[in-house]
Amino acid sequence: MIEVVSVNKTFGKQQVLFDVSATFLPGKVNLIIGQSGQGKSVLAKCMVGLHEVDSGNILFNGRDFTAMEKSEKSEIRQEIGMLFQGSALFDSMTVEENVKFPLSMFTKMTKKEMQMRVDFCLERVNLSGRNGLYPSECSGGMQKRVGIARAISMNPKYLFCDEPNSGLDPKTAIVIDSLIKDITYEYGITTMVITHDMNSVMEIGDSVLFIHQGKKWWEGDRHSIITTDNPEINAFVFASEFMKEIRESLKGQKR
Amino acid sequence: MIYIRNIGAYFLMLGWVFRKPRKMSIFWKMLMHEVQHIGINSIPIVALMSTFIGAVISLQTASNMDSPLLPAYTVGYITQSSIILEFSPTIISLILAGKVGSNIASEIGTMRITEQIDALEIMGVNSLNYLVFPKVIAAIAYFPVLVIFSMFLGMLGGFAALVISGLQSPETYILGLRSWFDVYNIYYALTKTVAFGFIIVSISSFYGYYVKGGSLDVGKASTKSVVVSSVVILIFNFIITKLMLL
Repeated sequence: MIEVVSVNKTFGKQQVLFDVSATFLPGKVNLIIGQSGQGKSVLAKCMVGLHEVDSGNILFNGRDFTAMEKSEKSEIRQEIGMLFQGSALFDSMTVEENVKFPLSMFTKMTKKEMQMRVDFCLERVNLSGRNGLYPSECSGGMQKRVGIARAISMNPKYLFCDEPNSGLDPKTAIVIDSLIKDITYEYGITTMVITHDMNSVMEIGDSVLFIHQGKKWWEGDRHSIITTDNPEINAFVFASEFMKEIRESLKGQKR
Repeated sequence: MIYIRNIGAYFLMLGWVFRKPRKMSIFWKMLMHEVQHIGINSIPIVALMSTFIGAVISLQTASNMDSPLLPAYTVGYITQSSIILEFSPTIISLILAGKVGSNIASEIGTMRITEQIDALEIMGVNSLNYLVFPKVIAAIAYFPVLVIFSMFLGMLGGFAALVISGLQSPETYILGLRSWFDVYNIYYALTKTVAFGFIIVSISSFYGYYVKGGSLDVGKASTKSVVVSSVVILIFNFIITKLMLL
């Protein structure tokens, strides 16, 4: 479980997060959604320690991450897997080396054990036999899957996914969403997905946190998000004319 | 103000670079990669520059030696002194600041903007130690090798230019090279080289690591790293010369 307690974050004179508090439960896909520039990525980066918070606390299973020394944070970070928006694969390494990297850095596994783990992770994301490819030789969807394989290689307790579907076609996006959902349920991971893709929200959103103007604006699940009367949520979810028509027809069905 | 902040950030960065590597086996692998990348890949340009500049130094010296009071072997002596004291350690380091420095800044800068450094940090890896420490050690260890190589080729270039053009006999030139040879000058040159190697790698890594923005900013950081490294090399060249030779 991850708890965010009254987090504030400022860049220079601009405050980006205002007293944000939330709880993210294990075994669930927790979504942070919102328009671009509203602070959702900053919140996620504060949670993984890439940004220092100005005030407030972030607790991983009760352990206060914000109060830890860098060496202690390193221990927690080994329990975190992260899938980046641009995959962030090490481009000088092959697919296999990318997945193997955290294992060789942090575990005392033998070469054979590492190879077995790498093969298992690659198989889990349907990339068996692609070990020797370099990231530049992989498609966007494959890079995301390698990113997931790398993120799960250390059996993480927490998985962070920053806009996992950006730049992907709808079909591949669904594959990535399903993979994130399956892995979360299978291993009981606390998964955080930062997205503004409504398809993802409807596919995998067990719990949804809506960030607006740097504040926690709304919290619920994928079912309640389409029925809420919150005007900012409605403006976000039903932004297009097509979606507005769907909303009207849904309302008509209710009546 | 920004310069003072940069100097502070640079020294803080060094504090994170000089830590014990988490896994020595990975460090050795990275070190060997950097020796290849920084050192061995620089051999062709060092060889080319050293041979031709050594040839030109000897020809220019010979063309200016028209006094009958100066013995013929003075050409060899001046070539040797110029190459050992200044050309090989300083000019070669300036060239390497351009080649190696820009390469390091753009490599680390690209890793920064593509979130590869963030990925390392989130895994719990000290990214500065992992990325920069092997480069620093490789430069400190291998730059002196390159400079000794450069000294040898510079003198060989001078030999070729003078002897092939018939301006001097091999014996006279070699006598010049051996005249007043002082081993201390080699120590002085290698001390400078170690310092310059450290300056090039650490400053380039600093500009690459803290780059913000996109590919355009990586290019700017790369250029800035070369300019700043070159200026710092010139300043330290003066300081080390004052301390060691006078």
